[in-house]
Amino acid sequence: MSILREIAQSLEQGDEEGVGVLVRKALDERHAPLAILHDGLMAGMDVVGLRFRDRDIFLPDVLMAARAMQVGVDLLEPLLSRDGMPVAGRVVIGTVHGDMHDIGKNLVGIMLRCAGFDVIDLGTDVRPERFVDAAQEQEASVIGLSALLTTTMPVMKEVVALVRARGLDARVKVIVGGAPVSEAWAREIGADGYGYDAANAVERVRALMVPRA
Amino acid sequence: MARGLRPGEPPDAINLTRPEVLEEIARHYLEAGADLITTNTFGGSPARLRLHGLEEQTESINRTGVEAVRRVTGHRAYVSASVGPSGQVLAPHGKGDPAAISASFERQIRALAAAGADLICIETMTDLTEAILAVRAARAAAPGLPVMTTMTFEATRRGFFTVMGVSVEQAVRGLSEAGADILGSNCGNGSKLMVEIAREFRTHTRLPLAIQPNAGLPETVGDAVAYPESPEFMAEHAKELLSAGVGIIGGCCGTTPAHVRALRRVVG
Repeated sequence: MSILREIAQSLEQGDEEGVGVLVRKALDERHAPLAILHDGLMAGMDVVGLRFRDRDIFLPDVLMAARAMQVGVDLLEPLLSRDGMPVAGRVVIGTVHGDMHDIGKNLVGIMLRCAGFDVIDLGTDVRPERFVDAAQEQEASVIGLSALLTTTMPVMKEVVALVRARGLDARVKVIVGGAPVSEAWAREIGADGYGYDAANAVERVRALMVPRA
Repeated sequence: MARGLRPGEPPDAINLTRPEVLEEIARHYLEAGADLITTNTFGGSPARLRLHGLEEQTESINRTGVEAVRRVTGHRAYVSASVGPSGQVLAPHGKGDPAAISASFERQIRALAAAGADLICIETMTDLTEAILAVRAARAAAPGLPVMTTMTFEATRRGFFTVMGVSVEQAVRGLSEAGADILGSNCGNGSKLMVEIAREFRTHTRLPLAIQPNAGLPETVGDAVAYPESPEFMAEHAKELLSAGVGIIGGCCGTTPAHVRALRRVVG
């Protein structure tokens, strides 16, 4: 088995120590840092996301894998030039105003970062203006909104409306998610996408990054 | 929300500002035939209230939550005091400190018991370690009260698990050992799966079972949220729950007084 494949497997098992040892070994063997990142760490995290989607594994396994990923990224980061770390795109995420639930939102943040996105996490209880201000100031392409309560879901609609009111809807896409949120709700409020879980959210955000013809 | 909860307002704050709303809701369910009525204290632990700057109100929020239901029910129905999750992922996977979360549960449950709750209803749990902390907190802070503990499961290819990976069998073992008196499941994806979950519980324990399904998964109708399962649908599945040996049948999200009325007819 190639060492990159070993790194991926070690990450899938949430083995922090193993990932650290293998990434160092891969560097000693003169593998390119970018290849280690892509074909080792990210490839492993992709599998973790899919297995979580299918509930072959559960939330603690994902969190362990994410920690192992961080060990690897910390080793690679100094070796990649400033522009060397691939940035798939910039995403502003947060849990909407009035809602303090952040387990799901944090997971989406982890998965997006692991997939190479630059993630600006505004935390919980975020008012619509803050989402849109941040997207504008940081030139993000996507705003990701989370809500766990049916009582806070309507705030998502306000964010979509504000993006439109400021004439940003061509440049800034809005994706929504959270336990009570559905594809139908996303359509209803005019959001650009809906992620039914963290792995799916990454796929949907990726799709939104492709400029439309 | 139809009664004036603003988007973003923590539902537990209503206890302080508009207890008459709680009384009105309790009255609807009592008249529908409920034997147990749940308090509006799901997010009433200081760990959760802190996020809204309401930690100092822990005692008053939990007390008013119990008292509002009691004023309506008298002793015609049990006041089931709701305790929801802390909202934190426990260490080592998250930052939640078990000792702090334990203390948070104890403080809430002490307030609920002091206000005269009839039982402690620990619900919507997904992490067994956290659920056990809550059960132990109830045993310590409310030694005289029965403790009902229900977890939320999803159907996977390998059977039912919580999102944290807890099986029904593990839940039964852990919660029984911690001292829960009544076990079961709440929330989740509708009545049909709950019947299967209840049967699985029954194969692992002789303790009384409590099952409170959602009326399906929420769907959006315009700006509002609606639940798809009708009272008749829920009541039809309640018959199967009864034959599976479930002793306490109720409803979680989307369960209206009409649902309870239909359940009452089935339960007798």
